[in-house]
Amino acid sequence: MTVSVSWYLILGAILFTIGVVGLLVRRNVLIMLMCIELMLNASNLTFVSFARQHQDVGGQADVFFVLVVAAAEVVVGLAIIVSIFRKRLGATADDLSSMKG
Amino acid sequence: MIGASFPDELTFFLAATICVIGALGVVLTKHPVRAALSLVMTLFGVAVLFVEQQADFLAAVQVIVYAGAIVVLFLFVIMLLGVDKVEAMAKEPLVGQRIAALLAGLAVLVLIGVFGWGHWYSGSMSVVGSTSSGSAGIRALAEVTFTTYLLPFEVTSILLIIAVMGAVVLVRRGGGGGPGAIDKASLSGEELEHEEAQ
Repeated sequence: MTVSVSWYLILGAILFTIGVVGLLVRRNVLIMLMCIELMLNASNLTFVSFARQHQDVGGQADVFFVLVVAAAEVVVGLAIIVSIFRKRLGATADDLSSMKG
Repeated sequence: MIGASFPDELTFFLAATICVIGALGVVLTKHPVRAALSLVMTLFGVAVLFVEQQADFLAAVQVIVYAGAIVVLFLFVIMLLGVDKVEAMAKEPLVGQRIAALLAGLAVLVLIGVFGWGHWYSGSMSVVGSTSSGSAGIRALAEVTFTTYLLPFEVTSILLIIAVMGAVVLVRRGGGGGPGAIDKASLSGEELEHEEAQ
């Protein structure tokens, strides 16, 4: 008998919230991407918890797809960051102000 | 305490503590490399919680793909760009940003709580297929992935190919007006002008 699902959901909510706050507070674009990973992981944990609660393996299959989308997102995001920061020195979101009116 | 056996409780609370400490580390550390390593800590904690919930295969994939590939990619880019310098956290460029962010985070937490309060879960049981532990669980996951979710699975492969090609096109130095040059123009006009000036 493992720990009840609601504890896992509370943990998932806490991790997601930490990710949201980090995404809003931090200015380094790389760390903002890491915070997105944190939020995706929180949702993955919730998916697996619901899969256990419902005895339904579909939730675990969803985690599989979230994982793939996360990988694709990181690859494209890091490529954009690399191509932008080749010419610039800073790595914070404030340095990306060339479209400022 | 909460209706589970002692080893399960111990595992859960240990892994949960590791997860939360790692997540706080990502948000609070100044150094990007330390943030990436804190992210690994959280990912391992989540993998432990996957094992605890009979998702063995996903735990393995979590460690291999996330900790093994994605975090290494992060570290690689940190080193490549040479941005592993400490972020100036003392000054706050946008006044009131942190307060606003904390309030937004609190609002998210409250919203999740409100949604979950009445019913932690609802819906019917075992629609797609039932879970089980050990190798039977992996078999069930494979059957679902290759039958019910076959189309999404194939679309996933297309997505990965597009992502890889996009990364190659974005990062390569556009030589002689190929697709790389077009991408640079769409990325930033300023950058292109700089290049033309040279």
